[in-house]
Amino acid sequence: MSPPVLLALLGGVDPWIFAFSFVTVAVTIWMGFRSRKTSKTASDFFVAGRSVSVGWNASAISGEYLSAASFMGVAGMVMSSGYDALWYPVCYACGYLFLLLFIAGPLRRFGAYTIPDFAEGRFDSPVFRKIAVCFVLFIGFFYTMPQMKGAGVTLAYIFPGMPYWAGVVLVGAVITFNVALGGMKGITLVQAFQYWAKMFAISIPIFVLMSVVGYYNQHLGANRAPGDPVSAAQVVAGDAAVARKPMPAKAPQDESWIAPFGPLTTKAVNAAAAALPAEQRTAYLAEHQRPYSLLYTYSLIIALVCGTAGLPHILVRFYTNPDGVAAKRTTMWVMILIGIFYVFPPVFGVIGRNLMPELYSGVGAKGTDKVVLELPTLLSTQSSVVGSVLSGITCAGAFAAFMSTFSGLLVSMTGALAHDVYGRMLRPEANQNERLVAFKTAAVLVGSIAIVLGCFVEPLEINFMVGQAFAIAAASYFPLLFMSVWWRGMTMQGAAVGMLTGGLCALGAAALTNFSTLALDKGPMGKIFAGFAPLNSFWAQHPLLRILCEQPAIWTVPLAITLMVVISKLTADSVPGDIRMKMLVLHAPEKLGLKQEYIQEHQAGGGH
Amino acid sequence: MPPPPPTHDDVVHSESFLRSLLRRQLGLSAACAATFLAALLGMPLLNYFAPGLMATRVAGFTLSWLLLGVLFFPFVWVISWYFIRRSIALEEEEVLRARRGSSDSRT
Repeated sequence: MSPPVLLALLGGVDPWIFAFSFVTVAVTIWMGFRSRKTSKTASDFFVAGRSVSVGWNASAISGEYLSAASFMGVAGMVMSSGYDALWYPVCYACGYLFLLLFIAGPLRRFGAYTIPDFAEGRFDSPVFRKIAVCFVLFIGFFYTMPQMKGAGVTLAYIFPGMPYWAGVVLVGAVITFNVALGGMKGITLVQAFQYWAKMFAISIPIFVLMSVVGYYNQHLGANRAPGDPVSAAQVVAGDAAVARKPMPAKAPQDESWIAPFGPLTTKAVNAAAAALPAEQRTAYLAEHQRPYSLLYTYSLIIALVCGTAGLPHILVRFYTNPDGVAAKRTTMWVMILIGIFYVFPPVFGVIGRNLMPELYSGVGAKGTDKVVLELPTLLSTQSSVVGSVLSGITCAGAFAAFMSTFSGLLVSMTGALAHDVYGRMLRPEANQNERLVAFKTAAVLVGSIAIVLGCFVEPLEINFMVGQAFAIAAASYFPLLFMSVWWRGMTMQGAAVGMLTGGLCALGAAALTNFSTLALDKGPMGKIFAGFAPLNSFWAQHPLLRILCEQPAIWTVPLAITLMVVISKLTADSVPGDIRMKMLVLHAPEKLGLKQEYIQEHQAGGGH
Repeated sequence: MPPPPPTHDDVVHSESFLRSLLRRQLGLSAACAATFLAALLGMPLLNYFAPGLMATRVAGFTLSWLLLGVLFFPFVWVISWYFIRRSIALEEEEVLRARRGSSDSRT
């Protein structure tokens, strides 16, 4: 890079923000390298030797789970869409309850490295393993795209001269390199550290901010709700009303922003109404807006709650618990750790709406998704150093967020490729060394694809994309895990057909929605995806179909479960012969030692 | 604990043990899930049918915002705390039952 280019890039960089971000990245990489010395064998790489304490593991799961969507996306979406966006943080946190109630304990007792391991063990079918592996990759890539957008947005904020794609490439390359060298043992330590970094980075700046510019309830109170007295200021609790900035034309109205069934869930109906002649609009909206909006809300809830229970990069962590009881305790702690975290991001969105409304006019990397990063600079009017330091802290948190989730996803996708595709299908006879080389090669391959995909998604909201990954997980892995754990009549054929149909329908629907949204973009993406533009006029005529495509969980999850039941009934002869023993291993307390017995018999019977 | 020889006619391997195990565990999980889902799926219904009530101001928050954005998290912690306590107790009971059954050989 020639000096003038470098100068243009560094011009306008705040030294504090840069320093905090740089330290986070440097510490992450240093920890990865340090732990490299202690992770020698392939087994260490995959599940950290299964010896992680409850506290460490809970912090690590939380660290891995709190992605760019949680750290930046939730705040951005609450700012842009209001109340309806609250379903995201709530269901992200509460979906863990489903995991705890139905899946965490049995899965840990069964003892397998990954979901594909479980799929094979439960149905004695190597073929099914291959099918199950696909979804680790599908869900993983869908989930990495928003992380990459988070990286692009953050770097574009720190280096005002840097294009979006450069940030994606830079961060993607650094993390890929780190994972290829460190493996998961490094990641466990790093993830746990990153949880606390994120918690600190979201809570400290917001408390400082609130003490200066007004508290959560005051800022919410400044927005007029339907049924409030005419003057919004009278609603505010306490005597000090907050001073709001004037809203730009693009910002949603107070009444629809603060109340349920707002801009997020009514987008499709509003677009349909806009396509109608003006005199029919009011009647059409009155008839369709709220019912469709309710449908959207329920579909979103199903996707997020069931999807959490089917995320491959989270499930793999439960195997690092020493036993089933520890797995349950870990889940409890995870719910507390992430629950506390999720109270904070909406506060950024609410204050951002009142005090930084100019973000409504920004697009792509300059839009509401960066409110968490930029909001602390409001304090620069009091003291420029405090504003910069706090903004630097939230930037560091954002780095922690997308780096940890991207690393986690990279490990599970790489694991699927190296452990399943290479180690089981291509070269089962490979030795320890060859497996390690395969792991590293796979990491670089997966990382590169993720970077390329990340460059395409600048116009899409971070949180929305993560919601789609959840919808795919909800329609594929969740039915698979839930049904195979609790219903002994399930067969491999039933599981495979249900999972594939549900998952692929969700995948197709989500992709179609994204293509049509990208076609609307005014930048380069609009040109690339121009072929999908006619889809938008189709959506305008059929808003219900648009909602069912944008939030497919409400039909794909029941579809997957129904198919599983019907096909399993039809192929009832192929229920595994030792199903009673399998169910015992899944459900009987570990103290009875059934697992060891099962393994001995399996080997004696000339198993695999 | 060394496993017993694979004769498989003791209590642990019996059909009735597995059935009661599954039934009791699923019963507990389903009860907790029902409580959770009633609250989670009931919120949109309240928003839909009682918008006036849910827009009531509570210290600046709307009631709906306060319930969902703040109070829902502790509610879920309570359910999961109860579930974990009950399910660990349940496992202890099952272990006792299985061991007692094995020593009596027929219960």
